[in-house]
Amino acid sequence: MLTVLLLFVLICGSTGGEIAISHGAKKTGEPERMRPWELLVFIGRVMSNGWFLLGIPLMAASFFALLILFSWHPLSFVIPISALSYVVGALGAKYILREEVNAARWAGVFLVCAGVAMVAAG
Amino acid sequence: MASEKRLRIKTLIMVLAMVVCAVTGDLLLKRGMSEAGAVQFSGPGLGHALVQMATSGMIWLGILFLLGFMASQMTVMSWADYSYVMPAGAFGYALQTLLAVLVLHETVSAKRWVGVLLICVGVVLVGQTKPRTSEAAESVEKAVASC
Repeated sequence: MLTVLLLFVLICGSTGGEIAISHGAKKTGEPERMRPWELLVFIGRVMSNGWFLLGIPLMAASFFALLILFSWHPLSFVIPISALSYVVGALGAKYILREEVNAARWAGVFLVCAGVAMVAAG
Repeated sequence: MASEKRLRIKTLIMVLAMVVCAVTGDLLLKRGMSEAGAVQFSGPGLGHALVQMATSGMIWLGILFLLGFMASQMTVMSWADYSYVMPAGAFGYALQTLLAVLVLHETVSAKRWVGVLLICVGVVLVGQTKPRTSEAAESVEKAVASC
């Protein structure tokens, strides 16, 4: 039961956190040039964004769930199930971030999800 | 057309940086946690695990690589779709398998090769789509506010 709960935290925490951070990064706007100083300034601006601050606890919860799951179960069990986060993430991108997830992208997401599960289980 | 090509190239470079950092970070964390032993889900057990994690050089190095992963992910997501970056990043699993064969001379099962093939086809499919389709961030704010 605890394993199921931790898998839920792992999947929803990581996708929820990434969605919040993705939105925060877009609100910040892309760095004009890819120079180290400008990248550092950009990262500082993203990190002071409220969406980033929402995403971090979600990702931290997911990270600790992953560490505990790694210590209880082999990678070949944890990673195939966590691959579901690709599908959950695409749903979040479509309905929360309003991205255009067309048929090719959906097909790619499902292939990647199945592929990651097979690589880890194999 | 030139800006579209530039967008694809810079997205590809940042996704590659993401993949390399994530693969290295995960490997170091797995090794660090395996050395620390199974975590006991009790007060003293969790406390012991935290001390083990905080004093493991392998875990700190893993965290450093994962911070590099996060920095490159934030940068690429400032212009590219989340639903584009996320599956493209799965190329890391294919890279891990190739490294296992080429560097560590490990034997890889047929199932794992099929998985690698599926990931590569999936990444190519996603890679064909436009890296950015989402509207300005304000429309998302409105959508969230209307919920």
